Amino acid sequence: MINNSKQTAYGDAFKVNWWIRAGWVLVVCYILYAANYLDVSFARFIAGLGNGADFLAEMVPVNFSRWQLLVSNLLETVEIAVIASAFGIFFSLPIGLLAARNLMPSWLTWPARLFIVLCRSFHPVIFAILFVKAVGFGPLAGILTLIFASIGFVGKLFAEAIEEISLKPVEALQASGAPFISVILYAVLPQVQNRFIGFSSYQFDANLRNSTMVGIVGAGGIGGTLFAAFQRFDYDFLAAILLSIIALVMVSEFISLRIKGVFQ
Amino acid sequence: MSSQTVHKWQRFSFKEQMARFAVFFGFAVALSVSISTVEVIPEFLYDAHIQAADLLTRMWPMDLAYYPKGIHAAMVETLHIASLGTLLAIGMAIPVGIMGANNIVRIPLLNWLAKLILVSSRSVNSLVWALLFVAIFGPGALAGTVCIGFRSVGFVGKLFAEALEESDPGPIEALTAAGAPWPSIFLKGYWPQVAPSFWGIFLFRWDINVRESAVIGLVGAGGIGMVLDTALNLFYWDRVSVILLSIFAVVVVAEILVTNIRKRII
Repeated sequence: MINNSKQTAYGDAFKVNWWIRAGWVLVVCYILYAANYLDVSFARFIAGLGNGADFLAEMVPVNFSRWQLLVSNLLETVEIAVIASAFGIFFSLPIGLLAARNLMPSWLTWPARLFIVLCRSFHPVIFAILFVKAVGFGPLAGILTLIFASIGFVGKLFAEAIEEISLKPVEALQASGAPFISVILYAVLPQVQNRFIGFSSYQFDANLRNSTMVGIVGAGGIGGTLFAAFQRFDYDFLAAILLSIIALVMVSEFISLRIKGVFQ
Repeated sequence: MSSQTVHKWQRFSFKEQMARFAVFFGFAVALSVSISTVEVIPEFLYDAHIQAADLLTRMWPMDLAYYPKGIHAAMVETLHIASLGTLLAIGMAIPVGIMGANNIVRIPLLNWLAKLILVSSRSVNSLVWALLFVAIFGPGALAGTVCIGFRSVGFVGKLFAEALEESDPGPIEALTAAGAPWPSIFLKGYWPQVAPSFWGIFLFRWDINVRESAVIGLVGAGGIGMVLDTALNLFYWDRVSVILLSIFAVVVVAEILVTNIRKRII
């Protein structure tokens, strides 16, 4: 007869892990501490909800009357994303190759990796601010911003993909005396081609999202109109802009899904 | 033997080739149309290198003495916004992720609703979310925290729902057969299976949020971005360079931290 279930041969199936419980308590303590530090209080939150309701109420009859402006801005946004993706992906090919530690000597990989880290570590908005200063307001600043963002993302993942390839085809080609460029073209690229296309289509999506935002600091696209609508309390037009951005992103997600299907 | 058909080997069928060609052709057309119609003012480009050199000379030497005075407190605030925002996102993402996982909630309408919430969260950029919440809560860290939370729900919720959908049904069936109530099935059946990927998602998103919380202050949502905005508006470029350097340092440290923790837990 077993009268205590805890003394079975198997032990307790669901043992209490006190370390994990202590961890959860720590998380709760941190939330309270940080909320206090940031002056985030429930009273302020409730007060904000009232504002939020007013805000939504002003948005409600969504104003599409300036649709021409909206369409031309959306087109500019898409153009920025297309051009930036094309150049960004194009430049990230050689930079990713240079950063792959299994193919290149370290005096080449270090500068390439440093460049990629620099491109990645700053949010696109910061690049956009600097480029607006350097090349003035307009879509060119946005394009340059997103080119750097693309190099940071695609270059890093591409370098990692190359580092994971099988080196056997590379050795085979080198043993048969193929020049370096042929080794890259026939032994390295075929192994990473599909992943590269995957990263590229993902980056195109990301560029489209970010190109809706760079306009806030003056770098072209729909962001400038959005920011202006905000500052003029033009909330019904703002709602129209937000809805069209969401629609644009959904369409692009659908297209990139189809493209991934083609290259599977 | 001459009548035997000659096999012609090819990697892709005609249809696949045409589909690939269509993708490249479509992109080439979009690119050429974009380049020819985008409104780039070439006059601005002529002095771009002068402007860039001017920018760099104004940024150097850096005003390092400004760090303890104006940057450090804002940096700590930024890190708190990122962490608290990520925790808020997780609090919201768990119910939405469960609602979106079609092996747990078997109501297509609810799955679809969850997908809609997640896609809207991801499609609106963090700066746009920040603008919205600054309008609602007023400038400050509260708007930033809620912005980071709402922006991250889409990412965390989507990956969490995918992890739940991929979990092994065996333990769940065993628990159901033993008559376990629903919370127990979730805590002892699903949670142990998804916990590693859950913490991985959390860390990954925290890393992203450190970068994002550094810029949402540009529209008034608290943190280092507000200091950066002030320095930019007053043309204190020597302070701007210190701020950028400190953002860079924090982002790199956060990334190293996350990579090392991920190696331990996964």
